[in-house]
Amino acid sequence: MTRLLDVQRVSVGYHGKDVVHSASFGLRKGTIGCLLGPSGCGKTTLLRAIAGFEPVSGGRIVLGDEEVSRPGWTLPPERRQVGMVFQDFALFPHLTVADNIGFGIRRWKGEAYAARVAELLEMVGLPQYGKAYPHALSGGQQQRIALARALAPRPRLMLLDEPFSSMDVELREGLAREVRGILKQENITAMLVTHDQMEAFAIADHIGVMRAGHIMQWDNAYNLYHKPSNRFVADFIGQGVILPGTVLNAREVETEMGLIPGKVPPGCTRGMGVDVLVRPDDIQHDDASPMIGEVVEKAFRGAQFLYTLRLSGGSKVLCLTPSHHDHPTGSRIGIRLDFDHLIVFPRDVCTVEPSAELPSGGAN
Amino acid sequence: MTTVSFPDQTDPACHRTWRFGDVWSWGVVATALTLALPVLVIAGFVFVPATEVWLHLKETVLKDYIFTSLGLMIGVGVGVLAMGIPAAWMVSLCEFPGRRLFEWALLLPLAIPAYIIAYTYTGMLDFAGPVQTGLRELFDWSYGDYWFPEVRSLGGAVVMLTLVLYPYVYLLARAAFLEQSVCVLEVSRTLGAGPWAGFYRVAIPLARPAIITGLSLALMETLADYGTAQYFGLTTFTTGIFRTWFGLGDPAAAAQLSAILMGFVFLLILLERGSRRRARFHHTSSRYSRLPRYRLSGWRRAGALVACAIPVVFGFLLPALQLGWWAAITLDDWWHTDFLRLVWNSLGLAATAALIAVLLAVFMAYGKRMRSSFMVTAAVRLAGMGYAIPGTVIAVGVMLPFAWIDNGIDGWMREHFGVSTGLILSGTLVALVFSYCVRFLAVSLNTVEAALTKIKPSMDDAARCLGMPPRSVLARVHLPIMRGSVLTAGLLVFVDVLKELPATLILRPFNFNTLAVRAFELAGDERLAQSASAALAIVLAGILPVILLSRTISRSRPGHDTPA
Repeated sequence: MTRLLDVQRVSVGYHGKDVVHSASFGLRKGTIGCLLGPSGCGKTTLLRAIAGFEPVSGGRIVLGDEEVSRPGWTLPPERRQVGMVFQDFALFPHLTVADNIGFGIRRWKGEAYAARVAELLEMVGLPQYGKAYPHALSGGQQQRIALARALAPRPRLMLLDEPFSSMDVELREGLAREVRGILKQENITAMLVTHDQMEAFAIADHIGVMRAGHIMQWDNAYNLYHKPSNRFVADFIGQGVILPGTVLNAREVETEMGLIPGKVPPGCTRGMGVDVLVRPDDIQHDDASPMIGEVVEKAFRGAQFLYTLRLSGGSKVLCLTPSHHDHPTGSRIGIRLDFDHLIVFPRDVCTVEPSAELPSGGAN
Repeated sequence: MTTVSFPDQTDPACHRTWRFGDVWSWGVVATALTLALPVLVIAGFVFVPATEVWLHLKETVLKDYIFTSLGLMIGVGVGVLAMGIPAAWMVSLCEFPGRRLFEWALLLPLAIPAYIIAYTYTGMLDFAGPVQTGLRELFDWSYGDYWFPEVRSLGGAVVMLTLVLYPYVYLLARAAFLEQSVCVLEVSRTLGAGPWAGFYRVAIPLARPAIITGLSLALMETLADYGTAQYFGLTTFTTGIFRTWFGLGDPAAAAQLSAILMGFVFLLILLERGSRRRARFHHTSSRYSRLPRYRLSGWRRAGALVACAIPVVFGFLLPALQLGWWAAITLDDWWHTDFLRLVWNSLGLAATAALIAVLLAVFMAYGKRMRSSFMVTAAVRLAGMGYAIPGTVIAVGVMLPFAWIDNGIDGWMREHFGVSTGLILSGTLVALVFSYCVRFLAVSLNTVEAALTKIKPSMDDAARCLGMPPRSVLARVHLPIMRGSVLTAGLLVFVDVLKELPATLILRPFNFNTLAVRAFELAGDERLAQSASAALAIVLAGILPVILLSRTISRSRPGHDTPA
């Protein structure tokens, strides 16, 4: 199946200085993509380039089978049929909720118009708010109206710029799932920008992790966590620590915690110094285990405790346990290794270049 | 909040640079240059060789002009600070009966133009007025038996101007006090500073930039005053320019006097800009909490009441009552005079000027939003300069080029078609409306610009994503959102035009009268009571922006108790 959105080696810059460097990814119809990265990484700029607000300085953007951006030419946003939900929602304060939703379909015939507005109000769960003004709504309600407004003209592509960042943290994941439900129900292709990985995991099928204008990895959430293709992604996604180790053979790495089995990536030869990524879920608490860690710090997470343990050699690792395993700081507890995926990076290669392979969007 | 501002999320407009052949950019720059024409013409006269009249002026009266104007400025400067700062401090940081009332009542004197307050006090305090008459009857004195301060003097003018100009200092100082983090004052109290020490050692230094801004605005108005100085027979720059133009018939010398006056004004502008820039660094905190006011009691409470009541009573209440009384006793005259015609002229003129000024302001502010290049920003700044320039100077600066253009057209038409076109610009309302736009564009521009800045760029983006081309965004999104501010801008210009005197006097067409001009003429003829109806109409109109102003500030103050 062809891609609905194809971003090919796109660079975007202000004043001749690129803030997005040769970014590539694609989205198939009906999938939800996400650009995830720390502030200032260029993710919003890339999104605005897709919307048509920023011209590209290199590469091309293809929407459907139409080229919409190339250096020197930009199809204006009003002619792209792209919907956008803004960080501050940007609801028009002088219009009622119903008029806001109907703004993009103001040329529709009376009946179709009224029916579409009513349908959307229903869809976002605010059927009785049509006559209200935006300032009378809560943040979450405004957000849903902004989504309904962007959905009204049935855009080809929906863009969401940090849509949950002004929400209370407790509400974010729920809203993200709700938005995902609506987008999937309408079979809308969407692209989200966020700095919050839980939000990205909750809503997106494919996630591009960005850093300093580069897409470091374009993949699904599971792979980003368990198969990060570079150290930045490993560090940015999830929690974990890096332990030094030495390659024994193609299937084992020797570390302070003993032998860790797993597939060693090609290029790592025997005896080579490597860094091993150890996630909290790779360390299981087991009183019967001879391997001991000293509790240095503990954080109560409700259902779980997150322990920081000091190993006999001095390195620290993280360990998640069910929360009835309550051990005081300073106590020594048994742990056992449970590596599902071995993630190994050659030592001292601190480059932040994107993965060499071209990201393959929507391939999974 | 976790919202962070990214460098890549700023207004896309600011990335645009000056583009050649761009209608918005050229339009804004051309409009700004046209509006700056009077100022440029006057500035140009610095380089014109001196005439004989000028040399004569220089030898005889120039020193007078400078000293009187400086004297006025020093007197008014001290006066507005002494009146404005304590009042601002008390209503913003103390609690005493009537504080809420004084908070807005202290703004009321803004409604009265200086020349009108001068008429009322002259009527009350001169030899035949009720005060002196009362004293004479009470003590059985007659002329020459007693000393009484002369109202029509430099000191009198200082008092008059102070009474109506202190609100500038009050307004800005009050805003500054409210913006100061309470923490800073509380810290000073924990360090052992009482209310007085907190005032002198913390609050005043922090508010100083705002106070200086208010002071420079008040001094600009002082320099611009013509009505009071003329009525009191003072030889200031503005009266001097009039005399040189009409009495000595030397426009060039008048323009050169104007240039010197403009020099003074530019010093004040520099002072104001400088202090505004500094003010930005004086924000102590963005966290506000309810101000814990000092509760005053005993003699302190009485002192606060008196300090707040004096400006209101003498700056508004007494003059307004006097005007009301005069208007009531001359009620019959209203219908004999052409009062309705005056009202019609004034309202029509003010409405026209307000409409044009608002249209220009919307055009320029929008141009600046769309094309934020250096040229456009500088042009908008230039166009807003007129607020500081005295009406007299603007009138001279308008008259000279307009007369020149008129003569040129007339000569050309006569030469080629044998027709005389007469005065197309200079003797007509065109010149008057143009000069109002020059003087008051800043008023509307500031209001419109502030409203436009509040409309976030994402609002434009949202409209465009929903299929709207940029030109419709103004009509369908921006203007409806800004409606209130645009009306406010229009109202402010409207009232300023109603109050304007010197430019109207110079530029009005023959036999065309407004309320302000009529009040001025009648007062000049010693028919104070008859002038009151026109003056009262101006004052009543002047109250409108004061109401707006007090409503805006009561809504916008941070962390502060808002009246229910």
